[in-house]
Amino acid sequence: MTTIAAVPPFAELLDAPRPAEPAWLAARRAAAAERFAAVGVPSSRDEDWRFTPVSAIANTAWTAPGVSPEVTAADIARFRLSTGSLAVLVDGRFAPDLSELPAGVTASSLHAAISEGNAELESHLGLVAPIAMSPFVALSLATFTDGVVLHLAEGTTLATPLEVMHLTTTAAEGALIAPRVFVTAGTGARGAILEQFVSLADTLHVTNAVTELVLAPESWVEHVRVQRESEQAWHLGFTHAEQATASHYRSFALSLGAKLARHNLHARLGGEQVETLMYGLYLTRDSQLADTHSAIFHDQPNCNSWEVYKGVLDDTSRAVFNGKVFVQPIAQKTDAKQTNRNLLLSDTARVDTKPQLEIFADDVKCTHGATVGRLNDLQRYYLQTRGIGGRTAQELLIWAFAAEVLTEVTIAPVRAAIEQIVRNRLDEMLG
Amino acid sequence: MSTEMETLVNREYKHGWVTDIEMDTLPPGLTEETVRFISAKKEEPEWLLEWRLKAYRRWLEMTEPTWPNVHYPPIDYQSIAYYSSPKSMKPLGSLDEVDPKLLETYEKLGIPLSEQKLLAGVAVDAIFDSVSVGTTFKATLAKEGVIFCSFGEAVKEHPELVKKYLGSVVPASDNYFAALNSAVFSDGSFVYIPKGVRCPMELSTYFRINAANTGQFERTLIVAEEGAYVSYLEGCTAPKRDENQLHAAVVELVALDDASIKYSTVQNWYAGDENGVGGIYNFVTKRGKAGARAKISWTQVETGSAITWKYPSVILQGDDSIGEFYSVAVVNGMQQADTGTKMIHIGRNTKSTIISKGISAGKGQNSYRGQVKILPKAHGARNYTQCDSMLIGNACGAHTFPYIDVQNSTSDVEHEASTSKIGEDQIFYCKARGLNTEHAISVIVNGFCREVFRELPMEFAIEAQKLLGISLEGSVG
Repeated sequence: MTTIAAVPPFAELLDAPRPAEPAWLAARRAAAAERFAAVGVPSSRDEDWRFTPVSAIANTAWTAPGVSPEVTAADIARFRLSTGSLAVLVDGRFAPDLSELPAGVTASSLHAAISEGNAELESHLGLVAPIAMSPFVALSLATFTDGVVLHLAEGTTLATPLEVMHLTTTAAEGALIAPRVFVTAGTGARGAILEQFVSLADTLHVTNAVTELVLAPESWVEHVRVQRESEQAWHLGFTHAEQATASHYRSFALSLGAKLARHNLHARLGGEQVETLMYGLYLTRDSQLADTHSAIFHDQPNCNSWEVYKGVLDDTSRAVFNGKVFVQPIAQKTDAKQTNRNLLLSDTARVDTKPQLEIFADDVKCTHGATVGRLNDLQRYYLQTRGIGGRTAQELLIWAFAAEVLTEVTIAPVRAAIEQIVRNRLDEMLG
Repeated sequence: MSTEMETLVNREYKHGWVTDIEMDTLPPGLTEETVRFISAKKEEPEWLLEWRLKAYRRWLEMTEPTWPNVHYPPIDYQSIAYYSSPKSMKPLGSLDEVDPKLLETYEKLGIPLSEQKLLAGVAVDAIFDSVSVGTTFKATLAKEGVIFCSFGEAVKEHPELVKKYLGSVVPASDNYFAALNSAVFSDGSFVYIPKGVRCPMELSTYFRINAANTGQFERTLIVAEEGAYVSYLEGCTAPKRDENQLHAAVVELVALDDASIKYSTVQNWYAGDENGVGGIYNFVTKRGKAGARAKISWTQVETGSAITWKYPSVILQGDDSIGEFYSVAVVNGMQQADTGTKMIHIGRNTKSTIISKGISAGKGQNSYRGQVKILPKAHGARNYTQCDSMLIGNACGAHTFPYIDVQNSTSDVEHEASTSKIGEDQIFYCKARGLNTEHAISVIVNGFCREVFRELPMEFAIEAQKLLGISLEGSVG
């Protein structure tokens, strides 16, 4: 829907003066700005945003983040998921002092990489996650100032995960932050990327994050995404993985924070023997809304995709799930499975789920399943007859429900850290 | 693809003949005058004319939906003739008075009225184009107080019932095609089952589209009073035409407390040729409203039509009410289907079951689109959905768009879907046992659809299996 009125709130960001940029980027930014001006902020009449009201974003004149207060290493330590290398973005700006980037890993500020000239960026930035993916992806390309570039060199195996921390401070209040992460994995490279969104202050801001991943043949990338931003914030996240032959992409996404969190997770299977795994867990409370829109594009034959998303909802919170699987006519022997399960702890919580299959090839195995329900009384009773109290029984059952996806995080210390985050949240939810 | 299969795939539409009867047809075009003409022709009371006009005015403000996953050139609503009825039409009398050509028509379809009467025990209210031409078994039904007549007749003889329930489930402004139907509907069937009565026989209507370039706009209204039961069958076949014909029907079911309505459809309108020329646009709104402990069950076998757009739905308003949807949708050639159901759970402990089997062959595109909505007060609601798709050949498509919206925690909703190819090993197994490919596929596909077929009354199940055979056999290359 073209709503000219929707653009002014972003005028300051769109028109912000920027340092000189290469011509290719300027051209892409211009196209993105034009696209955003044409489509504007989506309304609930837009099928992709039917259950996720974001039109209010257009009611505020968002600014760029102000000067961030000093952030210390101690502030960051409590959020860490690993002990490996770290790239920190404070209010969307790369913070070299807080980052620990070891030799052997090519990692740098996106801004710096652009100024230095980077062929990978020129051929991919803003094209992997195309501006047609969402109005907000176009907005991101038009307004981003910084981010992180990570490169896993051909044939290398990362010993420790690469952690990217998106941190917001008090300076984020009233701001729109548009960080971009760009990951390339060379042929046969193996490694894990941990992406986190955390807040130091309970600010009202918009995070409009775009992550692009390019996986060369036979590369193996695990991508863990933890979103625990301020519960006042709007979180809009867009991840797109472009996969070449025999590459393996496994994603785990945990969503706990923000007032409204949306994550679009797309993977294009552009070669044969590709494997794509998507796991997710969302825990919502109060009036939070967590929305996941995944899309798996089976463009080539002999590929597998597997997706499991689970949610636990309390209070008047809402969850939206939309999983699309597209199987092109030539993508024979595709094996795709998608599952979304939801557990409602409160009678006023609400789930809108829409698993969607679009299949144009015949020799395929595609299934999807979705369930919405509450804890099984009989199971709870069984535990109680064994002397396990009501609350413990409840916790145990919810934990069992969530564990199916939590166990899919392959790196043990990272899994332990995430399990602790989930346990803490469940403790708070069960009171 | 073997030659034998080619022959089977390219099998001509069996019911593609035209009955040569003079028609009393209104010239194409739709204005307020058209609506008035239809209403006057049917000698309708003032309130119904007003109702139609209101719907017409509403329709003018509406736009044709674009969200279905179907593609067709724009419809010119001014080039459609909105009324046609056989000239030989007499006021309803005995079967002997009916034009022998009409009877012949039904015989070709395999439903001779006279035989049906004796053999099947089925009362047939046959719709020839827009006007009801023969109603049988009236006396038997009347004894129980059951009213089964054409819609036009119901308006004249039971205006209070029609007035009370018309549009109560599908309001005139519900959607574009329902509004169009409400404005120009020509005839249809009306069923009323009094309190506590179990309708002594299955009621059946066969629809036919006969004249060229006439839209068919039936309206069916079935009212089951408290504790009543009725099983209603609807079957469709249409002769071959080269121009697309619009068929926008509305079916409303009202099941009051403890009542039960079973509605079965076998739809075999002309699907167009292998290039997608011709065929019926079947844009239908079907919905039922269930009172406390009431049950509404839809069973459909959709093998025909160039485009099918229909979502037989149930509003589960009363506590403990039950909604069911069993569907087999087959697309072959250039056919497109976007079909499914809506189960709106309002009452407590309401239950719904959805079993949908989609079969795509040729260049057909088949979409399941469904909604399960559990409202906050529908405590203890339960839904089970299973939708399976089978693909035959690599030029077709299968799509699923299930919307699941749950607004309380005491409900359980389960949705399962799968898509797969017809099993080569299964075909091989059957062939090794001496079945030919045609028979093997028929056996496999019928097995795939069995859960739906067993919901159909006997004679319909047989017809459905035959239709499935005609639509599909030999599609595997």
